[in-house]
Amino acid sequence: MKVRLEQREKSSPWLNLALPLMAIAATLVLCGGLIALAGANVLEAYTVLFASALDSKFNLVETIVKATPLVLTGLAVAVAFRAKFWNIGAEGQFLLGAMAAVFIGTQEGLPTWSLVPLMIVCGILAGGLWAVLPAILKTRFKVDDVVTTLLLNFIVFYAMMALLDGPWKDPLSGYPDSPDVLMEAEYPILLTATRLHLGALMAGLAAIFIWWLMRFTTLGFAIRAVGENPRAAAYAGHNITRVIILTALISGGLAGLAGVGEAAGLHFQVMAGISTGYGYTGIVIAMLARLNPLGVVPSAIFFAIIITGAEAMSRATGVPVFLADVIQGTALMTMLIALLFTSYRLRVSLSSHG
Amino acid sequence: MSQNTPILNLRGICKNFGSVQANKDVDLTLHKGDILGLLGENGAGKTTLMNVLFGTYAADSGHIEIDGLPVAIHNSADAIACGIGMVHQHFHLVARHSVIENLMVGQPSKHGMLDRADAEARLAKIGEDFDLKLPSDALVSDLTIGEQQRLEIIKALFRGARILILDEPTAVLTPQETEGLFKAMRALIDKGMGVIFISHKLFEVREITNRMMIMRLGVVTATLDNTPDLTDRQLGELMCGHELTPPEKPAVEVGRVLLRLSNITAGGTPERPVLKDVSLDVRAGEIVGLAGVSGNGQSQLAEVIAGVLQPHSGTIEIDGNVLSRPTVNEIKALGVGRVPEDRMGTGLITSLPLSDSMVLPRIGQPPFSRYGVIDRGAISKFVAEQVETFGIKTASVDIRTGTLSGGNLQKALLAREMAWDPLILLVAQPTRGIDVGAGEFVHRQFLDMRARGRGLLVISEDLEELFTLSDRIAVIYEGRIMSIIPAAEATARNVGLLMAGFQEDAA
Repeated sequence: MKVRLEQREKSSPWLNLALPLMAIAATLVLCGGLIALAGANVLEAYTVLFASALDSKFNLVETIVKATPLVLTGLAVAVAFRAKFWNIGAEGQFLLGAMAAVFIGTQEGLPTWSLVPLMIVCGILAGGLWAVLPAILKTRFKVDDVVTTLLLNFIVFYAMMALLDGPWKDPLSGYPDSPDVLMEAEYPILLTATRLHLGALMAGLAAIFIWWLMRFTTLGFAIRAVGENPRAAAYAGHNITRVIILTALISGGLAGLAGVGEAAGLHFQVMAGISTGYGYTGIVIAMLARLNPLGVVPSAIFFAIIITGAEAMSRATGVPVFLADVIQGTALMTMLIALLFTSYRLRVSLSSHG
Repeated sequence: MSQNTPILNLRGICKNFGSVQANKDVDLTLHKGDILGLLGENGAGKTTLMNVLFGTYAADSGHIEIDGLPVAIHNSADAIACGIGMVHQHFHLVARHSVIENLMVGQPSKHGMLDRADAEARLAKIGEDFDLKLPSDALVSDLTIGEQQRLEIIKALFRGARILILDEPTAVLTPQETEGLFKAMRALIDKGMGVIFISHKLFEVREITNRMMIMRLGVVTATLDNTPDLTDRQLGELMCGHELTPPEKPAVEVGRVLLRLSNITAGGTPERPVLKDVSLDVRAGEIVGLAGVSGNGQSQLAEVIAGVLQPHSGTIEIDGNVLSRPTVNEIKALGVGRVPEDRMGTGLITSLPLSDSMVLPRIGQPPFSRYGVIDRGAISKFVAEQVETFGIKTASVDIRTGTLSGGNLQKALLAREMAWDPLILLVAQPTRGIDVGAGEFVHRQFLDMRARGRGLLVISEDLEELFTLSDRIAVIYEGRIMSIIPAAEATARNVGLLMAGFQEDAA
C-alpha cells in the first residue's frame, strides 16, 4: 500500500471552515492525552475548561475582555502575513502602544477630553512606527523580517523594564509599576459593574474595518498582490516598498492599539506582566483564522476561553494551568498541518504488480 | 522476443484528474529504430501520458509492456530501471558540478566510494558510440544550453536508457543546435533505440520522425507514418479538430516612431552591463521581431521598456516623450502594454482569482476604484466581457488564476493589456507552450493591432513565428543588437548565424 500527496486542482470552500474546526478537534484530542497523564478525567477537565469561561454573565464578560487584545494582535498578524511581511513583533508593538498610552494618560496639563483620543492615536503611531523599522530594513537592505521583528521585541521589553525600574518606579511601594493614568484617561466602561471597556468595541470594529480594507480598497488589493507575487505586482506598477511599509504601519498600529486598550481599559498602568504573550498568541490566532480578519474574532475568543478556563480547570482538577500554553502551541501545529490539505490531498493506492 | 516485438507498448492508459479525463484509453507503440513524434495542443494529454510512463503519475487503468513483458512503474527509479530516459524541457542539472559529477549523482556506490574511473570510461564510450561528446570536467554552468541538453541525453544513456523521451527539446535551441540534436537522434536509432519526440513545431516533426501520434482532449486522434505529402495544415487540423486558416498579413503604411531606444546600457553593473548600447525603433503599423537565444539580454530589454529596470545610460522615447529614468506607471500611462514571457511569474498572480489578476495594473483607476475604494461590480463586468471577447475558457471569473491552461492564461494577459488599446505592445514568447489554435488567435490579434497603426515589439525564440509576424527582425547576441534586417531578407540561416554571434560578413 502506498500513500502519497497529490495536488488539488482547487480547494473547496467548505474546507475553509472545516479545517480550523478539525485542527481544534485534533488539538483537544492530543492534549487530552496530557490531561490523562496528569491524572485527571479528560472529559471533566474539558467541561470545566469551557463551561467556566461561558457559564455566567461575569465569566462571559471576562472572556470577552481577555479576547479584546487578542483580536487586535491577531488582526495585526493577519494583515502583515497577507503581504508576506512576517511580523513576529506584535508583542513589542503592543508594549510600545501601552507605554505611549500611559505616557499621555499621566500628563496633567492636557485638556481632559483630549486624553483618550490622544492615547489612541499615539499608541497606534508608536506601535506602527516600531513596525516600520523592520519593514524598511526588509525592503531597503533585504534584512530578514522574522529575525528583526522578533529581536525588536526584546529591545522594547527591556527598555520598558528599565523605565519601570527607573523614572516610572512607584516611589511608595518600590514595585516596578508605572504611575496610574488619570481618571479621565480611562476607557469608558460599556456595561456597568463589569470590566467590559471601550477596547472590546474597538476590537470588533477593527475586525470589520480590516476586512473591508482587505477586500474593498486598492491598498488591500495591493497588499494581497504583493504578498502573493511581488514581481507581478511590481511589473503592474505597484510600489512594493510603499505597500510593505503601509502594511507594517497598519499591523504595528493594531498591535499598539491592543496595548492602549490594556493600559487604558484594564490595568490603568504599565507593569512587567502587562502582556502574557498577546503578540505571540496573535500569530496562532491569525493562522487558525487563515488570515481572514473576520475569522480572527472567533479564533481569538476560542483562545480567550482556553486561557481563562485553564485556571478554573486547574483549580477543579489539578491539571497544571500551563496546559493553556500547550493547547496554543499544539493548535498552531495542527493548523499548519491542516493548511497542507487545502492544496493537497492524501491518496492511498493499493500497489498492483501487473 | 521476436524481431517485431515493440520495445515499448502502452495499452489502454486512462488517467483522470477529478472530472477531467487527461488520458482516455491511450495506446502507444514504439519499435526499435522509431522516432515517434507526439503532437497535440496543450492540455491534449501528452505530458500526462509521458508522466505515467515515467512513473510520476499512477494510471487509473491500462498497462505498460517493455519488450513484450508487462512492467509496473511506480516512480522514476522504476522507469530508469526499465530503460526509459526522459529529457525534460527544464534541465535537471547541478550547475556548479562538472559533467562527470552530474552523471555520477544517484549512481550506486561501491562500499561508499564513487567509481570515477568507471564513469569516465562509460562517458567516453557513449561519446564514441553516439557521437555525443562533452569534456568530463567542464562545469555545467560553463556549458551552452545546447551542451546542457546533450548532457541530459548522455545522462539518460548513462543510466541505460533504450527508450528516450524528449519533451520539446528544440524550444531552447538555435537552428544550428537543432541540427546537431537531430544528428544525435539519428545516431541513437541506428543503435536500435526508440525515441519519443514531443514538439509544437510541425516542420521539425515532419523532418525528424518516421511516425506520428496526434492527441486531442486526452484521446489519440491519429497515428500515421511520416510521408512527404503531409502538410502542416493537415497536422494542425488533426490537432485542434477544425480547419486552420493562416493569418493574412496585409500591407500597412508605416507611420511615426512610437518607441525609440537610444544607446541603452542596462542590467548587470555599469562597468559590465548586460545590455550594451542598444538602439531600436518601432514605428506605427509595424511589428519588429527580436530574435535571439534566450539569456542574451532579451529579458533585460523587456524590463527596461516595462520600466522595471532603470538603464545606466541611454534614453527611451515613447510617442515623442523622452524618458531617461522611467517608472512603470509613467510608461503605462504613455500607452505601453506588456505581455511577459513569464506569464505566471511577472504577469498574473496564480493564487488570486482571475478577476484580480486581470485588473492588476489598472486597479487604481476608474471604473475599478475611486478614492481607493474598489468597485467589485465594475471589475466583474469588465472581466466577464473580456472572457467573452477573447474566448477564455474558465468556469467563472472568481476561479484561481493558476487553474487556467497556458493558452487561456495567455489570452487573459492579452485581454488585460489590449482592453486599453495600447499604442505599443511589448510581447515576449507569445505562443510558447500554447497550442496551435490559441497561437493563431494571438497572432491575429497582433496583426489587427498593426493594421490599426499600433507598434509591436515581439521577442521570440521561435523563428517561424518571427518570420510570420515581423516586418523587421532585430537579432540580439550577448546584449548587443547584431543587425536589423527586413523580414523579406531574413532566412533561418542568416538569422541563425547572427543568433550564434557570427557577424554577417559572408551573406
